[in-house]
Amino acid sequence: MRPVLLIARSTLLEARRSALPWLVLALLAAALALVAFLSQVAVTEGRELQAAFAAALLRAGAAFLIAAHASASIVRDANDKVLELALAMPISRSRYYLGKLAGFAATGALLALACALPMPLWAPPAAAAAWGLSLALELLLVAAASLFFSVTLSSVLPALAATGALYLLSRSLAAIQLLAHGPLAEPTWSQAVARRAIDGVALVLPRLDLVTRSDWLLYGAPSAAGLGAALGALAVYTALLAAAGLFDFHRRDL
Amino acid sequence: MSGTERPLASVPAWLWAALVASMAAQVALQSLRPPPAAGAQDLPPAPRAAALRAASLGEPAAASRLTMLYLQSFDLGAGNRLAYRNLDYGRLREWLQVILDTDPRSNYPLFAASRIYADVEDDAKCRQMLDFVHQAFFGDPNRRWASLAQAALTAKYRLHDLSLAKQYSADLQRLTTDPAVPLWAKQMEIFILEDLNELDAAKIMLGGLLASGKLQDPGERRFLQGRLEAIEKRLASKHRR
Repeated sequence: MRPVLLIARSTLLEARRSALPWLVLALLAAALALVAFLSQVAVTEGRELQAAFAAALLRAGAAFLIAAHASASIVRDANDKVLELALAMPISRSRYYLGKLAGFAATGALLALACALPMPLWAPPAAAAAWGLSLALELLLVAAASLFFSVTLSSVLPALAATGALYLLSRSLAAIQLLAHGPLAEPTWSQAVARRAIDGVALVLPRLDLVTRSDWLLYGAPSAAGLGAALGALAVYTALLAAAGLFDFHRRDL
Repeated sequence: MSGTERPLASVPAWLWAALVASMAAQVALQSLRPPPAAGAQDLPPAPRAAALRAASLGEPAAASRLTMLYLQSFDLGAGNRLAYRNLDYGRLREWLQVILDTDPRSNYPLFAASRIYADVEDDAKCRQMLDFVHQAFFGDPNRRWASLAQAALTAKYRLHDLSLAKQYSADLQRLTTDPAVPLWAKQMEIFILEDLNELDAAKIMLGGLLASGKLQDPGERRFLQGRLEAIEKRLASKHRR
């Protein structure tokens, strides 16, 4: 267990010493400035507009930052031979991988905390807490995806693109499914094939549209059971990504 | 960043000059450019609510409000010479419906319809907006009553259409069940009936309300009791004639 914690600690330290804290501050400042401007334009529901827009912006920004940070960190470890050095010591591949994931999880949790801090300005504290907790788990999933793609693709840009695609698709797939099954969908065979394909993709993707929802901040936090179910599904998918990443990492010839 | 950088003096003079010249050229070019001209654009057709939801990436509450701000920008002084009163109100209604469908719990589109877009000199356009509010009210009466109350007031004072105002206030009175809905909103129908000179109906409603025991505030009871007595007096004098 100790090597996992040591690697996690060094990963967290790496995040603290990088530009990540400054980028988080810049993200918060940009979000606050933008919502202050938008609330001047709104003729009603100014508080709701600020909460919804800040939440949407901070959520997307935080996901991008953790994905970029995780990809850069893994690829740098490989390029600087840190990975080889670590594996030359009595540390198994699984422990190295899980240590990195734990480090990114801690980084994501701190990032989620920073993003959730301004939310009580516009929303009840319980709703803000539920949103922050959900964001922390969502960032863990994004970090796990980024780690998986970075290990598999060994390059920052493809890993970031793959993580971004997975993230965006997971957030919009439910709406795409609704479109595909809607009454305006034509009853042709190509439409039927497309519908089946979309349903198939939905089976292997997480439902990110059900978590970290800005409407929790506007209309109240979900029930404990609803929140638990949504976050449980995130945990299951994170475990799947970690297992897939470990599988690939063990098969790689370093 | 600091320890690994060479001093500024190590940058060649020609590079300094190139930097200053390119910056000056950029500023000069932008200052020569005329300010953006306001266009006169009508609303494009509204997207489908499902498409807007797909584009919102799972953030319907934020997307609904941002789309509302976009819709608001189709007005004088926001880069468009065409004031909202000149817009195609059919399309405007479609946009408001899509925004409401994207986040049904937001009152923003109904507020805008009843207080901004209904405030036009064109009676037909005003009625379109009031009808939108009225139809939307049936979807969630306890959340949307305030906009229908405003629509009833607009029908009464702006359109001078008391029967339309009566219809709205009657629906409001009949369908709202939330105790948080203020009594003044539920009582609107009584005053409109009074204005319509339908004194018997107003008397029955007011008497029923007073007898129901729903009125907790003694001042309110006193006020409505006074109104009831005034109606009874008017009725008595009407019968004498």
